[in-house]
Amino acid sequence: MKKLYGLVALLALILVIAACSSDSSVESDGNSNSNDDGEASSKVEIFSWWTGAGEEDGLLALIDLFEDQHPDIEVENAAVAGGAGTNAKAVLATRMQGNDPPSTFQVHGGEELNKSWVAADKMEPLNDFFEENEWMDKFPEELIDLVSSDGNIYSVPVNIHRGNPVFYNMEVFEEHGIEVPTTFDEFFEAAEKLEAAGVVPLALGDKESWTATQVFENVLLGVLGPDGYNDLFAGEISFTDERVVEAAEIFGKMLDYVNEDHASRNWQDSAQLVANGEAAMINMGDWAKGYFANDLGLETNVDFGYFAFPETEGMFQVITDTFGLPKGVDNPDDVKEFLTVLGSVEGQDAFNPLKGSIPARVDADPEKYDDYGKDAMEDFKTARLVPSLAHGSAASEGFLTKANQAVNIFVTQRDVDTLLEALENAAPEM
Amino acid sequence: MAQTKTRKKISKDNLTAIAFLLPSFLLILVFVYGFIGWTGYVSLSNYNTIVPDFSFAGLKNYIYLFNDFRFQADLRNTLFFTIFFIGLVIILGLGLSILIDQKLKGESFFRNVFLFPMALSFVVTGVVWQWLLNPSTGFNQFLSIFGIQPKWYTDTNILAGFEWGSIEFGLPVAILAVVIAAVWQMTGFSLAMYLAGLRGIPDELKEAARIDGASEFQVYRKVVLPMLLPITVSVIIIMAHISLKIFDLVYAMTGSGANFVTDVPGVYMFETTFRGNYYANGAAIAIIMLLLVAIFIVPYLWSNRKGGQ
Repeated sequence: MKKLYGLVALLALILVIAACSSDSSVESDGNSNSNDDGEASSKVEIFSWWTGAGEEDGLLALIDLFEDQHPDIEVENAAVAGGAGTNAKAVLATRMQGNDPPSTFQVHGGEELNKSWVAADKMEPLNDFFEENEWMDKFPEELIDLVSSDGNIYSVPVNIHRGNPVFYNMEVFEEHGIEVPTTFDEFFEAAEKLEAAGVVPLALGDKESWTATQVFENVLLGVLGPDGYNDLFAGEISFTDERVVEAAEIFGKMLDYVNEDHASRNWQDSAQLVANGEAAMINMGDWAKGYFANDLGLETNVDFGYFAFPETEGMFQVITDTFGLPKGVDNPDDVKEFLTVLGSVEGQDAFNPLKGSIPARVDADPEKYDDYGKDAMEDFKTARLVPSLAHGSAASEGFLTKANQAVNIFVTQRDVDTLLEALENAAPEM
Repeated sequence: MAQTKTRKKISKDNLTAIAFLLPSFLLILVFVYGFIGWTGYVSLSNYNTIVPDFSFAGLKNYIYLFNDFRFQADLRNTLFFTIFFIGLVIILGLGLSILIDQKLKGESFFRNVFLFPMALSFVVTGVVWQWLLNPSTGFNQFLSIFGIQPKWYTDTNILAGFEWGSIEFGLPVAILAVVIAAVWQMTGFSLAMYLAGLRGIPDELKEAARIDGASEFQVYRKVVLPMLLPITVSVIIIMAHISLKIFDLVYAMTGSGANFVTDVPGVYMFETTFRGNYYANGAAIAIIMLLLVAIFIVPYLWSNRKGGQ
């Protein structure tokens, strides 16, 4: 029986520990209320998947800037490694559903935010916060729409990546006398020429299928135009529409010109094909510029050039990282302080040159950015902005998962009907 | 009758044993069986969005899965992966252990060489074999001397394929690349098991067979192999549960593959649950995987229980 007493003692110990931990959360509540007195104990936890080369530097620069301005608030960098945030999103989902949200977290603007955490009623609206900071005209209207749902703004965009550039090897283009293609016809003409010369026209690395989905969404944008593209993802145009069929056929034709081992490569491996001249072009978001310039040591506009995906000139496929304020955070005022820095010109100019993206604000200083960045900032101001499907902005994560599956099957089978049927069946979940 | 007798005789020792077992029993009850039950419950719900929705959906998620191209492909891939993986691990493990058992010099060296890959994580194995079997690097650089260039895990061909459901049923060539990596890693394990088994066979038995005029081949065929049967059963059970639940190797090495030729239920479950927020679909995949493993485990536990009594 003595052993049973031991057991009871153990249980009691567990209870005490549990009680202690709830005590400590009460304590931190108390601190957040008294942080005006300058007690350096309140904490902001920043959750992201920025652990790669340039992006981590950007995040750390941003945190440094914040800590300079707010020495009383401690910052915890809670980044979770893993490309495109797959692992981070799984961790985030677990924490959000367990009512243990991070102070603020990285989320792509668009449906990845609106159809998930906003729909689940887990986010605080930030309209007053935007008004206070006079941000309404500092971000493009189409961008604010992307982080809004039913008239409420839910997050602060920090950066912009573009999903519809094509990067090309300038030497290869010159050697084979290729002009930059602006239409699909010109693209296929160039592709024919390159293939005849033994160069892979279009590099693709679809070991993760979003890269192929990205090509498809750009073809859709080119064929449907920005209004049609938006209508498609708003559910106003069916996926069996003849223009969508045409886009799927063009996409299929493009896949005839990709490298044979595409299924074994990720996007970096396929970008290398362009870098070493085995392939001529690659459609990739402009984070590829950072990969070419920083990782492979190539020079912009000397070794590699860029142009808008055929027939999408004047359109800007937007991928934006944003941070919002989850409900149930202990110290929302401290988090808002962080979001203020994040949305400021200073904060955006600290982060973006290192990350290789452009600022989400239209009034940032172009001089801090490289040639590509200046070009992109100019386009960002003038072009039509559309949300990217492959990066979770145009449709819900559920639809995207199914779209990626359908595209993966299409890349091998090339069956337009099967692809569009699968997309149409998934459309109610957009 | 016997039971009532023992129940009366709960001694102090028994009580102590129960007291020590109780905490882990309770924890396992809640955190293993409780959550299996919870997963089963979720798999019958409409929880296919990020907002929990526990309304009853019947078998909707299961029906969806069995009609789904990707899941059908997963089951096909798992079937062929399991057959080739277990078959090769047994044949190679048995063959190597018999060779090592021939009292050869440096026996422990060879044993360790073959056992060592087991010390690696499947993720490491996956990354290494991804490059070894990449069509443009690795083995193909060597094979190009002979003019053959297998496409390994990027091959989308289905051998002896025929239309069945929404997929082409047959042997996906690409899965063989994954089999090679898995066999490379796990053969050492079956080798160690068989070696222990061979050592457990008394020499007198073999001698007796030889005296009766059995050839060396007959000694193995008629004496050694039958005595290794329990080992073989254990190897099959252990390999089957690895193979049916495999995730890390495939995820690190090939991903889903073009046309889902190397996809497995584990990868689908992870992606659909945590990328697509299809929680109920993911739970249904988990339950199906549990049932598949149960097909192997339950008869084994059952026979063990009988054997024990």
